[in-house]
Amino acid sequence: MATIAEAPAKLGPVRAVRRRVVIAGILVAWLVLFAVLRGHQTLALAAADLTDLHRWFNDVNDSIGANRNSNPLFLYFFNEIRLVIDNLVTFIQSLISQPSAGRPVPTIGWLGVVAIAGYVSWAFGNWRVAILAMAGFTFFGLQGLWQESMDTLALTVSAVFVALLIGIPLGVWAGLSDRVNRILTPFLDFMQTMPTFVYLAPLTLFFLIGPASATIATLIYAAPPAIRITAHAIRSVPETTVEAADSLGSTRRQTLTKVLLPMSKRTVVMGVNQTIMAALAMVTIAALIDAPGLGKTVVQALQSLDVGTAFNAGLAIVVMAIVLDRVTTAASVRAEAARRSGSRFAKWRKHLLVAGGVVAAVVVYLSHTYVWAAEFPGQGSTGSAIASAADSVTTWAQDNLSGFTNAIRNLITNGLLNPFQSLLTDSPWWLVGAVLVAVGAVLGGWRAGVTAGVCVGLLVGTGVWSDGMTTLASTVVATVLVMVFGVVVGVWMGRSPMADRLIRPTLDAAQVMPPFVYLVPFLALFGATRFTAIVAAVVYAAPVTMKIIADGIRAVPETTVEAATAAGSNTWQIITKVQLPMSRGALTLATNQGLIYVLSMVVVGGLVGAGALGYDVVAGFSQGELYGKGLAAGLAIVLLGVMFDRITQAAARRTTVPSRG
Amino acid sequence: MTPTDTEVSQRRDASQDQDRTPVVSVRGLWKVFGPKAEKVPDSEELRGLSRRELLDRAGCTAAVRDVSFDVSPGEVFVVMGLSGSGKSTLVRCLTRLIEPTAGQVVFEGEDIRDADPKRLRELRRRKFSMVFQHFGLLPHRRVVDNVSYGLEIRGMGKAERTKRALEVVELVGLSGYENSYPDQLSGGMQQRVGLARALAGDPDVLFFDEPFSALDPLIRRDMQNEVIRLHHEVGKTMVFITHDLSEALKLGDRILIMRDGKMVQCGTGDELVGAPADDYVRDFVSEVPRADVLTLKWIMRPAGPDDALDGPELGPDVVVREATRAVLAAEKPAKVVENGKLLGIVGDEEILSVIAGGA
Ligand SMILES: Nc1ncnc2c1ncn2[C@@H]1O[C@H](COP(=O)(O)OP(=O)(O)O)[C@@H](O)[C@H]1O
Ligand SMILES: [Mg+2]
Repeated sequence: MATIAEAPAKLGPVRAVRRRVVIAGILVAWLVLFAVLRGHQTLALAAADLTDLHRWFNDVNDSIGANRNSNPLFLYFFNEIRLVIDNLVTFIQSLISQPSAGRPVPTIGWLGVVAIAGYVSWAFGNWRVAILAMAGFTFFGLQGLWQESMDTLALTVSAVFVALLIGIPLGVWAGLSDRVNRILTPFLDFMQTMPTFVYLAPLTLFFLIGPASATIATLIYAAPPAIRITAHAIRSVPETTVEAADSLGSTRRQTLTKVLLPMSKRTVVMGVNQTIMAALAMVTIAALIDAPGLGKTVVQALQSLDVGTAFNAGLAIVVMAIVLDRVTTAASVRAEAARRSGSRFAKWRKHLLVAGGVVAAVVVYLSHTYVWAAEFPGQGSTGSAIASAADSVTTWAQDNLSGFTNAIRNLITNGLLNPFQSLLTDSPWWLVGAVLVAVGAVLGGWRAGVTAGVCVGLLVGTGVWSDGMTTLASTVVATVLVMVFGVVVGVWMGRSPMADRLIRPTLDAAQVMPPFVYLVPFLALFGATRFTAIVAAVVYAAPVTMKIIADGIRAVPETTVEAATAAGSNTWQIITKVQLPMSRGALTLATNQGLIYVLSMVVVGGLVGAGALGYDVVAGFSQGELYGKGLAAGLAIVLLGVMFDRITQAAARRTTVPSRG
Repeated sequence: MTPTDTEVSQRRDASQDQDRTPVVSVRGLWKVFGPKAEKVPDSEELRGLSRRELLDRAGCTAAVRDVSFDVSPGEVFVVMGLSGSGKSTLVRCLTRLIEPTAGQVVFEGEDIRDADPKRLRELRRRKFSMVFQHFGLLPHRRVVDNVSYGLEIRGMGKAERTKRALEVVELVGLSGYENSYPDQLSGGMQQRVGLARALAGDPDVLFFDEPFSALDPLIRRDMQNEVIRLHHEVGKTMVFITHDLSEALKLGDRILIMRDGKMVQCGTGDELVGAPADDYVRDFVSEVPRADVLTLKWIMRPAGPDDALDGPELGPDVVVREATRAVLAAEKPAKVVENGKLLGIVGDEEILSVIAGGA
């Protein structure tokens, strides 16, 4: 037994050391060849230049545009879907955000929406989140962003509705059938690694731009968590319970409705939370394809570098995220706790709910009938105040902190980013490709190497190789920074329960924010540069990496640490020789997640001057002749994502398997 | 003489009534897990292989191999074996929670392997039910709703099923906890709910799969006594799985010992202790206090010409421990007599060797 356990432990470090030497060798060879071949075969492409592929995409787009109403596939399939979704969105918009039925205002005025928000939050959650919801919604009005907020809400609600309508049954099916689960899992994995951005471009091809295709993109992005979590919930019902139900003679349907579904309820509600948060993130980004709402305000403000307006609207997104998150979390707690409160209390609650419902209905009627309850009063002066405060903070920061912020920016840009970027973009493409394949093979095995090779080949094919390398440079630099912060904070949290208790809630809150609200404050500090995108990406990706590393450190058995302490190790030795090596699996997983999060943010950074692939995608939406190039850039992002994911996943498998021995 | 002992001997008498047809009759039952499992029981060559060889050769695990036995009405039939010997698989094959690979399972004259899904559900709803090691309760339902689940799915009305559930809850000693949720109860109480749920449908046969293995020793003893009491009150046929020999001896009228899926021996407790079939069984029963299990028929010797035959008379099924005092007190050896016929005699020597050897 002892020899079996020891053998891999001895082999592990040796192999790791050898791997490190090989990687160093590859990098040295790269540098040498770079010095010789610099500037040759770099596949650079100017901003306005197109390749044949891009022109072909343009032609496809044009011909689809021309045949949209004659091609049967469109006539009977895509257009039908679009029509249904469009009707749904328009209906909800007419309820809460857009003028409807010949009236200058929506069917339900602001007071009615606030009342419904409060009532629903109370009925599914508790009175505390009800107050939070009402305060949050009123705040949108005070910000002067009532209509924008309601547009965002309308799109989110439509997308979530359809996503759940499809996602929960699919999830139940995947939970019941191993075969369905096996088929769905790789798709869901793939969809989850894709940055939000990527869904937009191809969808516009089939569904045009506008609210309908934004909703479709959103529901495609938001359905996977619902499917995954529902399936997981069904699968985690203990086997004995199902067996016991079978042994009593339940039919399949009875087992489903009386055992599996009730026992999964709480987890499924958590899935609904994830779906809503994903949908909100996507709806804001879908502003790029002309989705109405807060995202649009932010995007327009970002593009004109109007930090104040962007901040005000970004704040509204944050508030909406907090409200939706808290309410659905409270709902999932209630799903568990409802049955616990005594039956007398439950009866009271039932009466109160009816009374509350009546009050809400009256308020809705008032808001339908009277102008004061329909249109939010005032000019949104709070919003202007917030915007101008943000502006003056920005000016102050630029005046007083610019020495400091510029120093940091220049240090990282010139010391790390520029050299690395020029190494990537000025090397011949085949050299970089060979390096990527070799590194992939060394870290993740031959399969990862082959995947990297295929991705490199396709990246060259997209015609945006050079932009891809620029994005790659930013992504790698940001990921290195994320890992540095992640390890420092993660180790601290992993070792100190106190630190964990203090920091974790902040990280949880940060994780529910839609990605691009992170851009706003850093735009104020660092201006429109690649560096802004990198910092935003670091901040966006840090929470998830910190949590994974903290959990990894915590999972190191207490006794091992105790043994090392007894042997006389100091704290530094325990961290570097025991805890970090033993959480190698967690570190690799954190790198994987870090890369994926960073990639999606670096791409969004295209909005604030990060250029490269993100810019190509954004430009593709706004300028017809660049459409094909934008689509190709979206494809390139997918390829980068797949390559990162495959290599790091394979590496994670290799590092975790031997340590289990 | 404790009350329990009397019950045990009474039950034993009932089950020895051999002319009643068995409730459950198992013939040549096989369960093989793995690819092409159905080939194994038919193949002369594969049948004979050991577990390891079978796994290497065919990639299959034979969890139950060629098991046959009968369970009489009202009997408590115990299946015992070490962990992994195929007990759980066997008991699940009897209700087709696991599909048997080969053989017959005849329940009240009907081979349940021929039952279609509808008939099988009907049997499960009315004829047999099961108690599980890890309870398998529904956490979102109160005790009474857990107990009435089986009645609910067979379409019984709410008032009627609640009434019945409350009766059974009382029967298992859970009155006052009807409205609790399972996770508010201790392990022992949860298993009482499991028991009540199994009893609610008034089945003919109860199956138990190591129901008390997850409980503390003291609670386990309570629950064992509870099962004995219930058996006494409701008189159901029971098939009881355990890996604990003392539990088997305490509850079982007859015990089937399994090893690696095969049956090693099947008999009453005193048969296993008095005449173990092989070293495996001998090893198993070596720790048992023999005086509590062996009866006089196992230790008597034929009467010799110089033996005095005017000692006390005792029956052959009297347990050694109960006979000890009488035999030692008498001057002469005791006569073992059944229906007026002298079977043999038991002297101080025989009694003392059992007491000394088995303690
Ligand atoms: N679903 C299954 N697939 C493959 N092998 C199984 C399965 N269920 C049980 N086994 C194997 O069958 C053997 C008997 O298992 P089981 O009946 O659970 O034993 P017991 O209940 O006596 O501990 C074990 O070796 C187990 O690994
Ligand atoms: Mg078992």
